[in-house]
Amino acid sequence: MNASIRLPAAPELDYLLRLADTCLISGQRLGEWCGHGPILEEDIALANMALDLVGQARALLTLAGQRSGQCGGTGFDEDQLAFLRDEGAYRNPTLAELPRGDFAFTILRNLVLSTWLKLVWERLSDSSEAELAAIAGKALKEARYHQQHAADWTVRLGDGTEESRRRCVSALARIAAYLPELFEDDAVDAAAVASGLGPAWSSIREPWLAEMAEVLGEVELTLPEPTGFRSTGKTGRHSEHMGYLLAEMQYLQRAYPGGAW
Amino acid sequence: MSVIAQTRVDAAWAALAEVLDPEVPALSVVDLGLVREVTDHDNGLEVVLTPTYSGCPATEVIEQGVRQAIEVAGLGPVRVSLRRAPAWSSDWISEAGRRKLREYGIAPPGAVLAAGPQPIRLYGRRAVAVACPRCGSARTEQLSAFGSTACKSLHRCLDCVEPFEHFKPI
Repeated sequence: MNASIRLPAAPELDYLLRLADTCLISGQRLGEWCGHGPILEEDIALANMALDLVGQARALLTLAGQRSGQCGGTGFDEDQLAFLRDEGAYRNPTLAELPRGDFAFTILRNLVLSTWLKLVWERLSDSSEAELAAIAGKALKEARYHQQHAADWTVRLGDGTEESRRRCVSALARIAAYLPELFEDDAVDAAAVASGLGPAWSSIREPWLAEMAEVLGEVELTLPEPTGFRSTGKTGRHSEHMGYLLAEMQYLQRAYPGGAW
Repeated sequence: MSVIAQTRVDAAWAALAEVLDPEVPALSVVDLGLVREVTDHDNGLEVVLTPTYSGCPATEVIEQGVRQAIEVAGLGPVRVSLRRAPAWSSDWISEAGRRKLREYGIAPPGAVLAAGPQPIRLYGRRAVAVACPRCGSARTEQLSAFGSTACKSLHRCLDCVEPFEHFKPI
């Protein structure tokens, strides 16, 4: 009941899990702000966005669980996928799992990921998988609000005090190293493009850079050039932070299988 | 469709008009445009709902409320299914719903922008013209993009100085 589940190796399943886990793990990190926001309104805003992301993850995991049954494995439900996988079976890019950091780091990571997700949802609206297109159609509207929120705060912090600006610059420096993973293709992308499931992640890069430049340019912030470092979360090799995140997220379902509110 | 089936469907719509949204209890699920379809099948009624936001915690409560209302009205058995596409839009809130929102103290949403790529509108440049639901003044400001629930933002009227919520266009 609480043992780890095993998934079949299938590139299209991986494609779905990469999106689902990006939402799930970002949602988990944003949820950590609940009760810790710098002001009450932001506490509520971050928790609301976490809810949207977890809701999107639920829909995507349900779809992935069905897909698992169709490609030679066992079918799973959203809860089994969210709580009963081992670390190596999560497919989110590493950026999503980094600790929440300070408010500037959270805002800039939100700007990066909400802009990225918004562009992905746009392109998924004509996915060959009708349910994925439906999920994307809904999530797109939410991602627009998330991006707007992050963009507003980026301008406010980037153009705020010396301290807020310094924190923005330092957050961007930390984030930059994890960006290439969001825009490089592998066999999973190739399979998704071939079947019409969704776009190659590399196709998101140009429009993403343009939208980021629009917001960052408003306050004369720039993205540092990427280094030679490559993060590998989307292939299941995560940072040292992931295990701790999962320990907290999975504890209840592992200790009390099937526990519900 | 037979006359009896049509009557049952009409009766179901009437029952659903009494099911209130747990987070905006001034409005019914019909006012909000959450009920997409009611069909009378051989094996019972089917009610098709669409969720407002992916993460709306009220979705399950609403499903339960719908099932209960149909059964209490003696129209069961009922099956409730969720349909995501087309995605729910605040444009689907009825005229009656908008009036009820205003009377409840929540500014109703304006029209949703046309589909397609939308520009990022940074705070300073955004036209915020949400009329105060209390005094009607257009001199208002946004305090927070997210209010007590994901579907609302928080505002303040600069004339009557009352804070109020705005149902966001989505």
